[in-house]
Amino acid sequence: MAGGAEAKSLVLDRITHRFAGGTLAVSDINLDVKGGEIIALLGPSGCGKTTLLRIIAGFIGQSEGRVIIGKDVVDALPPNRRAVGIVFQNYALFPHLTISENVGYGLAARGVDKATRRGEAQRLLEMVQLGALGARLPRQLSGGQQQRVALARALAIKPSILLLDEPFAALDKNLRLDMQIEVKRLQRMAGITTLIVTHDQEEALSMADRVAVLSHGQLEQFGTPSEIYDNPQTLFVNTFVGTANRMKGTVIAAGPTGARVQLEAGGEIIGRAPKPLRASDKVVVCLRPEHLHFVSDESGFAGEIGMALPLGATVVHEIRMRDGQSIKISQARTGDTSLRDAGATVRIAPLGPGLATIFPE
Amino acid sequence: MKSAAIAPGDVTRYGLGLAAPLALVFAVFFIAPLAQLFYLSLHNDAVATVWGLGQYVKFLTDPFSLSVLGATLLLGAEVTLLCLVLGYPIAWLHQRAGHWLQTVIILIVLLPLLTSVVVRTFAWIVILGRQGIINSTLQSLGLISTPLRMLYTQGGLVVALAQVQMPLMVLPLITAIGRIDTNLADASASLGAGHWRTFFRVILPLSMPGIIAGCTLTYAAAITAFITQSLVGGGQMLFMPMYLYQQASTLQNWPFAAAISIIFLVAVLAIVALFSTLGRRARINGDAT
Ligand SMILES: Nc1ncnc2c1ncn2[C@@H]1O[C@H](COP(=O)(O)OP(=O)(O)OP(=O)(O)O)[C@@H](O)[C@H]1O
Ligand SMILES: [Mg+2]
Repeated sequence: MAGGAEAKSLVLDRITHRFAGGTLAVSDINLDVKGGEIIALLGPSGCGKTTLLRIIAGFIGQSEGRVIIGKDVVDALPPNRRAVGIVFQNYALFPHLTISENVGYGLAARGVDKATRRGEAQRLLEMVQLGALGARLPRQLSGGQQQRVALARALAIKPSILLLDEPFAALDKNLRLDMQIEVKRLQRMAGITTLIVTHDQEEALSMADRVAVLSHGQLEQFGTPSEIYDNPQTLFVNTFVGTANRMKGTVIAAGPTGARVQLEAGGEIIGRAPKPLRASDKVVVCLRPEHLHFVSDESGFAGEIGMALPLGATVVHEIRMRDGQSIKISQARTGDTSLRDAGATVRIAPLGPGLATIFPE
Repeated sequence: MKSAAIAPGDVTRYGLGLAAPLALVFAVFFIAPLAQLFYLSLHNDAVATVWGLGQYVKFLTDPFSLSVLGATLLLGAEVTLLCLVLGYPIAWLHQRAGHWLQTVIILIVLLPLLTSVVVRTFAWIVILGRQGIINSTLQSLGLISTPLRMLYTQGGLVVALAQVQMPLMVLPLITAIGRIDTNLADASASLGAGHWRTFFRVILPLSMPGIIAGCTLTYAAAITAFITQSLVGGGQMLFMPMYLYQQASTLQNWPFAAAISIIFLVAVLAIVALFSTLGRRARINGDAT
């Protein structure tokens, strides 16, 4: 499989889907995935991730828009002719077939003879490190092993696109990390264009070349993990990916890419504004906990320590602002980092001027 | 889930205690009569005084008796097959249908159970008879000139029994098909399988528990359906229940009737065992989740 035909691109062109009951599950989604890329579809529960995946696989016919794989519009093709491999969240292994038969199933459907099928299934099982378990039934395998089988089964048909629906959700934390590395290794090896659905932002940021953030069926932002994290385009992305403190305020002065804001908690702040703003607009300012620090001069804004949380490598303080909001500030733990006492009055300020992001309320 | 508070031994004792009343009823009303039946069958004369296997020898060497047994087992097989062929699509449709249609299907399937066997059977006599609905319709359409003989034929009987026993087939099938993860069909399709391959390689094998249960129930019900067999089959066809009834009630030959019962019971058990072995042979997985 390694070094096979060049990986196919995937284009979603204005995909909209309305279910029979009238639910608008996905709305006007445009996605342009290059051959061989890993894309994460990230979003909260019910935002339409699975629906989008099922549209690409051909299980659901979208209400509007086109799915283009390579150079072909595949909308008219049934799932069995799309060559899209899919790993389901519950794995969906055939319970009555052995592991080896499961992996060979797609080849059987393509009329490959039994001996070749066995050999190929064995090769794939060895690739996912399950070479010895071919004769077992799915229920005799652990969750992580079933997951690998599902992956091997999907890869067996040499799909042009690989879809993974929350593939790691059912695994415990250590196994999840192993499998994430494993999937990434296999994906690189096979060079298959891959879409991973997840609602785990760390997973999305660590595994994907690019991340598509969805909310309520709409594409909020599509970009590299750093773009998503460092340069969120919407308030939703800023708060859903990573942690962000949200502070309300009013624009004092606005430029083309930034603004100065009077915070309700007292103090002024300068930040980037992805969407143009005007003076006296009501806004929400987002600041990540790691972008704040304690200051001893009169800059920044005042508050009092609510709680100190030593979280291993970092220390987080929760600070109550004058208007009752609470704000988190996190610091790397160095030798002289000390926990501050609850009730102490402190002043905090952003580490730099461009770190706050301002969104219309 | 296991509970740490109760040791496994306790659970067992607790369970047996609760099952005791049922076990008692079972022993008194099922095991005891069966034992008595067996005892009775081991007598050579009609008044049960001389011990011997004469009744069994008589049955198993009598071509007529054997033909009645054969006809009964064949009837059961035909009814079961017809029920399966007609019932599977209904169960499958139920699985795909929307909520409203599902209710309608269940109602239609259950309807035969809500009417008396006698009423249903007479309805079939009205439908199949010489002047019945089918014959008069075909005649008025000019498709036939003389009435077809449907009542008192094997074909008519099989159809009538199949209708009567249909719920016993469809209900287990609906349960079994409903338990199949719908992602499996999708997985099969995404791996390149067409509808037919998906059906024969995935859906059918996984509905096997329902097929076995449905066939067993239908078969057992069809071969013992005394009323329908007698009324729709008529006097020309003799099946085991009627044969047994004649020996016991009309001829007062209780030991022979008892031997017939035992032989019938063994034959049915053998066939049921065959069903489940075949099912298991197909590597079926009842509690797949
Ligand atoms: N078959 C259906 N009929 C009607 N509405 C549906 C159907 N399937 C999904 N929906 C609705 O479409 C929306 C998107 O569902 P979808 O399953 O794509 O969400 P998701 O992003 O995969 O969520 P999760 O993370 O919980 O799996 C939801 O509001 C859901 O209720
Ligand atoms: Mg989902």
